[in-house]
Amino acid sequence: MAVTTGQQFNLREAKGWRRTKNRIATTLMYVAFVLVVIPLVFVLITVVARGIGIISWQFLTADIPPQVAPASEGGIGPAILGTFLIVGLATVMAVPLGILGAIYLNEYGGRGVLGRLIGFMADVMTGVPSIVMGLFIFSIWVLKFQFSGFAGALALGCLMLPVVIRSTDEMLKLVPNPLREGSYALGATKARVTVTVVLPAAIGGIVSGALLAIARAAGETAPLLFTILTVTSPNPNPFSGPNTSIPSQIFSNATSSFTGAQARAWGASLTLVVIAFAFMLAARFVTARFTRYSR
Amino acid sequence: MEQPEQESVTSLQQPETAAPPQAAPPQAAPAPAPEREGYSEPGSPVFDAEKVSCYYGSFRAVTDVSLSIYENEITAFIGPSGCGKTTVLRTLNRMNDLVNGARVEGDIRYRGASLYGRDVSPIAVRRRIGMVFQKPNPFPKSIYDNVAYGPRINGEHNKKRLDEIVERSLRQAALWEEVKNRLKASGLGLSGGQAQRLCIARTLAVEPDVVLMDEPCSALDPIATAAIEDLMRDIKSRYTIVIVTHNMQQATRVSDRTAFFSVLRNEESDTRTGVLVEYGRTQQIFEDPQDSRTEAYVTGQMG
Repeated sequence: MAVTTGQQFNLREAKGWRRTKNRIATTLMYVAFVLVVIPLVFVLITVVARGIGIISWQFLTADIPPQVAPASEGGIGPAILGTFLIVGLATVMAVPLGILGAIYLNEYGGRGVLGRLIGFMADVMTGVPSIVMGLFIFSIWVLKFQFSGFAGALALGCLMLPVVIRSTDEMLKLVPNPLREGSYALGATKARVTVTVVLPAAIGGIVSGALLAIARAAGETAPLLFTILTVTSPNPNPFSGPNTSIPSQIFSNATSSFTGAQARAWGASLTLVVIAFAFMLAARFVTARFTRYSR
Repeated sequence: MEQPEQESVTSLQQPETAAPPQAAPPQAAPAPAPEREGYSEPGSPVFDAEKVSCYYGSFRAVTDVSLSIYENEITAFIGPSGCGKTTVLRTLNRMNDLVNGARVEGDIRYRGASLYGRDVSPIAVRRRIGMVFQKPNPFPKSIYDNVAYGPRINGEHNKKRLDEIVERSLRQAALWEEVKNRLKASGLGLSGGQAQRLCIARTLAVEPDVVLMDEPCSALDPIATAAIEDLMRDIKSRYTIVIVTHNMQQATRVSDRTAFFSVLRNEESDTRTGVLVEYGRTQQIFEDPQDSRTEAYVTGQMG
């Protein structure tokens, strides 16, 4: 197999236009990366720098003071409680329903007329602005009953539902069909195949998708404006009376002219970022843990 | 022989319809196989297919297939790509019910009962007629849970009995020695040949009556292939095996009977469909084919 002609092969990187194109593309990618990271880093730096000074045990637990109060007084305890209650309720309503909906779309009736209609509606719902969702709940729920944490949870749940449906649907689509067939070939029913093979194979992605939806809902302000109002002392009953949330407090405090209120808005922002970040980390952890058997 | 036959007929019925209407009379029907030179048959027919055509939507993938598959034999389906052998195999345990638009015409009798009868449950069919696929498809579970999957969905939860079933099935599949110390490890960490043997063990764990194999060795190296062929010969005394293969040597090595399928082109309508060209003893198909198309194929002049 020796090369008898004495011809030499040039294995070095190609020169000329191809190499130039390669460099241009690589450079563009780095630039794009930096452009994406810059705002993220600046937001984080600003929020941490302005908010870290006010964070204390008192800030996280105390009642919300009047806006004129200096930064050293009061805190955002009721808002943290409210956020957890409202987002928790929204999660309980939206996540199971969304996962079941996606299972229906993907495993049962997805190709039928009803299935396609539901899929289409979920897509449309994803595009509904959050403030419109708040208005919707205001008109069908708050006007008939009252402002409450539950009304806010309804609005957030409506926002989360299509996100959960879509992310779960994508995960279920990734489950290879031969796995389903393998289970069917052993005499499993469709429900059995779904519960024992399809869901376990997709659970990591489903859980992380749900956690991302929760983290997003935790930061929503607009749908809560007309549904929960704000309060200054903790309201542990989400089904009765107005409530408050961290984003609502940021909104009302940041637009205030008092420096104490502005400082509390920064502190609340940092708290919210930390909560959202914790959810992202949990999502990562859960994905890694549940995909143990998938490779 | 009477006992299991009765049992298998009734067990295909869905639980709601207890009375099996066709259990008694048509038992005389399964023909005693008009084989040419009067072989003594080792078993009775397990499947009787009568003019079976399979469609995907309006596309007729297979036309008018009639054949009988016998107990405790290995039957091989050979033929060029697109001739419908996999389709026919998948109609034998109603796997094609899962494919959108797939439908079957004609009659397939499984131990005397119509496989596509109105009150036949595909779930019950598949519990008795297992399938091994072309590509190994272990579940993303541990090796133990992969094998125990079938028994568990059949309601076996006794730990001790499950342990026994898992060990027996893995031994039958010639995998036990390699994995006995890591039953808790993921089934996805096995090599291709091991994964395929795991899938065979998984199928054997439910003690099916028939094992359908769709090119089980096409993704495997010769050593793993030999292991699986050995295993097929080992288990054939207890099971009836139908195997689709592209490998003619494999058909001659393992099978008792061979069915040769081919593609029939209709020049006028520019359509193609799979047909059964010839079916008989493996030795006869390869040494004394009656059809010129079979001869061309098995001697390597075509496809």
